[in-house]
Amino acid sequence: MQLVREGWNVRKKMVLMLAISLGFLFVLLLLSFTLSNDHLRLGAGAKNMAPSLSHLFGTDWLGRDMFTRTIKGLRLSLTIGAFTSLLSVLIAVMMGICAATFGKTADTVISWVIDLFIGMPHLVFMVLICFIAGGGIYGIVLGISLTHWTALARVVRSEVLQIKNAEYIQISKSYGKSAWYVARKHMLPAIFPQVMIGFLLMFPHVILHEAALTFLGFGLSPQTPAVGIILSEAMNHISTGKWWLVVFPGMLLVMVVKSFDSIGEQFRRMTEPASSHE
Amino acid sequence: MVATISVRFIRMLTLLFGLSILTFTLVHLSPIDPVNAYVGGDGSASPEQIEKFKAYWGVDQGLVQKYGSWAGALLEGNFGTSLLYRAPVIDIIQSRFLTSLALMGTAWVLSGVIGYALGVIAAMNRGKWIDKIIKWYSYTLVSTPIFWMGLILLIVFAVWLKWFPVGLAAPAGVMESEVRWIDRLHHFVLPALTLSILGVANVAMHTREKMIDILNTEYVLFAKARGESSWQIFKNHGLRNSILPAISLQFAYFGELFGGSMLAEQVFSYPGLGSTLTTAGLKGDLPLMVGIILISSLFVFAGNLIADVLGKVVDPRTREAG
Repeated sequence: MQLVREGWNVRKKMVLMLAISLGFLFVLLLLSFTLSNDHLRLGAGAKNMAPSLSHLFGTDWLGRDMFTRTIKGLRLSLTIGAFTSLLSVLIAVMMGICAATFGKTADTVISWVIDLFIGMPHLVFMVLICFIAGGGIYGIVLGISLTHWTALARVVRSEVLQIKNAEYIQISKSYGKSAWYVARKHMLPAIFPQVMIGFLLMFPHVILHEAALTFLGFGLSPQTPAVGIILSEAMNHISTGKWWLVVFPGMLLVMVVKSFDSIGEQFRRMTEPASSHE
Repeated sequence: MVATISVRFIRMLTLLFGLSILTFTLVHLSPIDPVNAYVGGDGSASPEQIEKFKAYWGVDQGLVQKYGSWAGALLEGNFGTSLLYRAPVIDIIQSRFLTSLALMGTAWVLSGVIGYALGVIAAMNRGKWIDKIIKWYSYTLVSTPIFWMGLILLIVFAVWLKWFPVGLAAPAGVMESEVRWIDRLHHFVLPALTLSILGVANVAMHTREKMIDILNTEYVLFAKARGESSWQIFKNHGLRNSILPAISLQFAYFGELFGGSMLAEQVFSYPGLGSTLTTAGLKGDLPLMVGIILISSLFVFAGNLIADVLGKVVDPRTREAG
């Protein structure tokens, strides 16, 4: 128990952090829709301009406005991130509930599969899946969602194991409710907070891996404004001193990832009031 | 103790078996011609040779037989032929392995030692500014893409300060035999630094948590009451209680390390296993890809096994309890 400064207890601080992170992401999303595509036309502005007031992040070797490109790229990352996390969460919930409810054999098999997926080097398998899916956004989504569900599946499994023998579920079963009904009406609501937090905490990982994959050159075509592609193109222009092509897009990416991390973390703490005094 | 280790070991073998099935299935799903995929179809192979390959590798057989002959060849160390380099996959892996091992090994040791030290310092000074800095640093690092970090280091140290070269493992245009080790070191520093900086965060945060738990115990309170200094408390109580989890964690970190090294190698055009895998993936060299994936997975599984065994068996407390 630490003494808190007057007026600012930990929970208030948490809400403030949450508001800042959410506000930042909201502004980013808003900008991505309002910024005009004109700035992305070739030769729309002066080439290779260092950052200035009219071009916050400077322009690249084709005269494209880097601020616009970065914001649009981040929107793509967020979309892919949301979709992929959702898929992963679905796999995790399914696996977790199956492991906890379908008896010992299912549990052993699923634990083994989880161990298998945790054990393999993730980026390496994402590359393989990306390649086999024939590249494109499809490959990225598949590659990332197939490798990120494991940790959450374990959490879901232990949560379900805890409530499985609770009285209200036993009673519901004895009234002849089907397993599907029990899972939907009793188990899902009970594990929902954990699943939600798992979803939020998965986001940063997913975005980072998406950026890494596109940086390596898997998946998206070079015209797509994805952060990874922006950075890998900028790599060729480093030795001529165009630092702004690298520094700002990456910095914004770090801020986005950190915001999601912070949102997930604040939510986690809110559901565990005991740790809010840390 | 022996029993526990063997159970773990057998479990790892089953996982490796599962991994090979998974890889095989994935490869089989791919649109690539199976002859190219499994044999590593050399472009110069004659039609008769291809026929022979087909018969040998059982293209016209069922899936199970196919898997059998593929896995059998793997066990004999036959990973097929790379399409890209026109050489046996195993030779390519061998030639890149040491370069990568040096990079990852250095980063592994450095990030472990520095991360542990930072974690301990943060915990011993909990709530003070140094703790806050270390915490902030670690949390930010976790959100930082490793390739961006590498690019930043490249801009600062290679382009602005010109301390280090921009890429590759040795100066360009110099014969392999004439490369001095100091040149190699020169090219090695930035990639290794990049990989180490990011590996620090994980260990630091876990060690900090662990140390805080230890510092809150009664025996540490008693030690303080006896008048032990911070250093004595660390040496007598903190070190032996916190070093094992940290080492376990580092061993379990192999997978991330390999992924990180793929990215770092790409940034610095460092010719290790990671960048070879990236090239293989981009150019569609399936045999090489599968070879590197299997080797790296073997590595990662071994790391996980060691982490498991360290955590469960070596610790004298769990040994007595078991």
